[in-house]
Parts: sequence; C-alpha cells; structure tokens
Amino acid sequence: MAGRTLSEKILARASGVADARAGDVVEATPDLVMSHENTFLVNKAFSEMGATRPWDPSKIVIVLDHRTPANSMQTASVHSKIRQIVKDMGISKFYDVGEGICHQLLVEEKLARPAQLILGSDSHTTTAGAVGAFGAGIGATEMAGVWATGKLWLKIPETIRISMSGHLGKAVFPKDIALMLAAKIGSSGADYKCVEFTGGFLFDISISGRMVLCNMAAEMGAKAAIVPADSTFSTWYPECGEGKTASCRSDPDAAFSSKMEIEVDPIPPMVSGPDKVEAAGDIAKFEGTPVSQAFIGSCTNGRLEDLIAASWVLKGRKVASGCRLLVAPASRQVLSDAMDMGAVRTIVAAGGTLLPPGCGPCLGAHGGVLGPGDVCISSSNRNFKGRMGSDEAEIYLASPATVASSAIEGRIADPRRYLDVDL
Amino acid sequence: MSTFEGRVWKFGDDVNTDLIIPGRYLDNYDPAYLAAHAMEGASKDFSSKVSNGDIIVAGRNFGCGSSREQAVIALKHAGVGAVVAASFARIFYRNAVNLGLPVLISRDAHDKVREGLSVRIDAKHRSITASDGGVQVAVEPMPEHVARILEHGGLVPYIKTKLGTE
Repeated sequence: MAGRTLSEKILARASGVADARAGDVVEATPDLVMSHENTFLVNKAFSEMGATRPWDPSKIVIVLDHRTPANSMQTASVHSKIRQIVKDMGISKFYDVGEGICHQLLVEEKLARPAQLILGSDSHTTTAGAVGAFGAGIGATEMAGVWATGKLWLKIPETIRISMSGHLGKAVFPKDIALMLAAKIGSSGADYKCVEFTGGFLFDISISGRMVLCNMAAEMGAKAAIVPADSTFSTWYPECGEGKTASCRSDPDAAFSSKMEIEVDPIPPMVSGPDKVEAAGDIAKFEGTPVSQAFIGSCTNGRLEDLIAASWVLKGRKVASGCRLLVAPASRQVLSDAMDMGAVRTIVAAGGTLLPPGCGPCLGAHGGVLGPGDVCISSSNRNFKGRMGSDEAEIYLASPATVASSAIEGRIADPRRYLDVDL
Repeated sequence: MSTFEGRVWKFGDDVNTDLIIPGRYLDNYDPAYLAAHAMEGASKDFSSKVSNGDIIVAGRNFGCGSSREQAVIALKHAGVGAVVAASFARIFYRNAVNLGLPVLISRDAHDKVREGLSVRIDAKHRSITASDGGVQVAVEPMPEHVARILEHGGLVPYIKTKLGTE
C-alpha cells in the first residue's frame, strides 16, 4: 500500500480512523477553530441550532481584525456582542481590536502547531500551513456546527506537491514566487486540493515567507497548503523534533495528484492585476502604470520582514506627491518590533501613513477605501474588482518592496532600482 | 429539493464573492440589505430585476475568494432558487449547502443554456431542460452527505435533528 500524504495523516488522526485516503469523506474534530467578526454569524446559527455550550471553548480562537477599530456604529455593536459571547462562553483565546490579524496571531502566539487540523471561518486559514498545520477555511454556519458538535465533514484532498529549488533573485521575495505560482496554477487549479511546498528553497525563507506561500494558495483554490516539518521550525515545536518527524511529513512513497518542480532563480519581481490574481507577470510589463495608493499590510505581507524590506526601499526617500502610502502591521508585536528596528520611523519619515494592526483596507471596509479612478498597488492577496472600494478602481498586487518603490515613483516601479544588494 | 423552475441569469468564470457581495456591505447582517446588493459587482440591475426562483447559471469556479457567508445569504434572500455552475469554489459550495441554497454542477449548462430562458432542473434525474424543450443538459450527481444536509433545508435544521433540539 502506498504511503500517506501529510494531509491524509492529519485528517485520519483528527477523525479517529487508522487510515483514510484522498477522496474519503471523514468526520473530523479540529484541534483549533478560529473566527473573526463573523463570530456574530457563527453565534446566530449556533443559537438557532438550539445549542448552548460549545463543545470545547479552549479550542476556540476569536480575533477582531477585519474592521478595527470599528468603522461604523453597526460594527461597534457587532464587536460588543462578540465580547459578550466570549465572556458568556468562557473563551480565553480572544484577541480584541489592535492585537492583529487572525492568521498572524495563530502563528505568532504559537496556537497553530504542526500536524494540527485548524478550521477557520476565513478563506486564508491556509496560512497556518507554514508551521505544518492543515488549515482550511469554512463558512460561519458550519463553524457553528463545529462549535455545537465538535465535528465537521471533510473530504480528504488530493495533494499537489510543489518542489522548489534555488535562491531568490535581487529584490525578489516569497510574494513574487506566490504570484508566479498563481499565474501558473490559475484561480481554480488547486481547487479542493492541498498544496504541499517542499524543496531546498524553503530553507532560504523564514516562517513569514512560508506564510506568504500558504496564504496565497487560497488564490489558487486550495483547501489547505502545508509545509512539512523541517529544521526551520522543528526546534520551536518539539512535537515534530528529531525522531518525531514522521507524523509531520508525507511518506516518501505517498501518492500525489501532481508534482511540480519550480526553479526559483529566474523569477523576477512580479505584479498581478487588475481584477484577477492569476493575471500576474514580470514587473516589466506593468512598470510605469500610475498609482494613487500604495498599501503594505494584510495577512499576506504585513509582517516584520515586509516592513523592513519596505523601509530599505524608502530609507532617505519620499513618497511621490499624488500617491498615498498606507502601512498596516499584521500585529501589535510586528508594530512593536518594527518600531524597535527603526522601520516605522523610516516609513513615516518617507511620508507613509501608519494604520493600526489589522486587515486594513484589504477588504474595502475602512482605512484606505478606494474611490472611482484610484489605482492601488497592494501587498495583499486579492485584486478583485471592487474589493477595496469602488469598482471603478484598479488594484495591482506585488511584494512590499515593489509597493514601496512604486510609492516613491507614483507609478509601478521595479524595486531592483532601490534594493541593489543581494539579500 | 428535487425540481426547480426558474428564469436563467448567466455569469461567466471566476465570479468571486467580492462581486457577489462587496466587502463594504458586510457590516450589516440584515438579509434584506444584503439581498439589495446581491451580485452588484457583476451586474448592477440584478438585485432589482431578479425574481423568486430565478436560477444562476455560471462558468467555472463560482464563488471563489473570501469565505463570506453573506454571499449565499444575499443570493438566497434576493430570491435565487439554485445556482448551476461548471464548478464551484469549495467554501462557497459548502456555505450554499449549509444555508439550504441548492448548488448543482453541470459541465455544459453555461455553454448551452440561454440567458432569460426558463428552465426546469430535475435534481433526481440529474437534468436541466429548457422550457421551450430545445435544450437538455446533464447535472452531476450530488454527494450523498451533501444531499442529506440540503434535504433538511441546511445545516441548522440538520444539526437540530442531530442534537434533538427541534
């Protein structure tokens, strides 16, 4: 019998069966569940189900991040209601306004751990795969079902293994690799599948970089994305340390639905847009496009290394007139570290506007909503029409370094002109 | 949930949830408010012209993007009776089933069924037939565990049965 993929191992264990393979439907109990402002909808469905106590409050994580601080009276009431729910149900893993983005906090607080099954009522729950967890997005009503019963039906996905080798080129970042993959795989190429990232290249990038890859797999349709345990994180997570890696890796003879080999070295800085993430290509094709807003932040690229990369580009320079640079750190910790390291000072001195930790304008709710005719270059994950506000605005996606270089020129600009060192 | 009849609204590939219900409307959870903005990013007059029971026929990857359940709430409360697509993004598909909005996969419907035409979907016999009799296309079978939730009218009534809280 063929060996098992990491997802097959995790989902079999979570559903209490000895063996389960891609295509099998299992009833799994998650190790952790997470929801944000949509906890309001979760709780509504939970009450309608006639349930009163969640199956295990210690496994529930709630983060207020999408509209923080409240953008309207309605949101303020939703936030208040959620605080009450947290209190009533005895949920201790609650992160209020200003703590950061849910996907960032799961990793930063070490709540997400290798070989866990994590369900989140947010499509970018795939991000937790950076530490070897199987993270899948679900809806609010089924989250209520999980709260009520501790179980959820899941079809065990096939796995696409992407083996990556080589090193990042000058001013090229994991985001550029993710955009290249989005172009190659397409918006539904990984539908219903798990994407497993492996290969020597992964040793070149940090957990933050791995989070970018796993996060953007959602834009290829992936159910989950996962990085098998390796020395980068096994020292932090003793459960997958030496001699214990078998449960945190696919077997060598596991059956993958497809395998891709990616040579990273030739990949240039990339830009994607407008309207479709898969509309990504070499920055050369986009250079010169005027931009009125530049955003650095989101669960994709609002981490310390992103703010540092932006600050290297911005050091001693100014944001172009006619362009606004907005920066939202992914968490309070990121903000604090970026202050300690001088990145915040550099960003502000260059003319950037600092937003509170949270999702920022990524979802078009507040803090940098686009109007008709605006063109935004953003380090976030979606450039869909109307995503950040007006459907007469355009959104382009890129790495934080490219967003910063574009802010300096007021048009899409190659970061290699500003970052002349090999990182 | 065996047969539905309704007028067809056609949409293309990759209709994402930001088009179905833009993020700027998500701070209000009132279904009627959400319904008034259903499909606004893809068709400005959809919400004013859609009638009860109308059927959306779309291409590949319908409902991709954000997991927002409000996308299904908006469509359902706007009166949409079913969504037929060549394929669905997985979270949208699950949300639709959980909220009792029938979702059916048909490889050929988008190519062969015309906008505005009235069609009859027979889920049991897995076919879509145009009211003028001109076109008939096949629908893929629905997985059994999915059909069970839809038959209850969604996950809330389904779990109520399971918990015995009816």
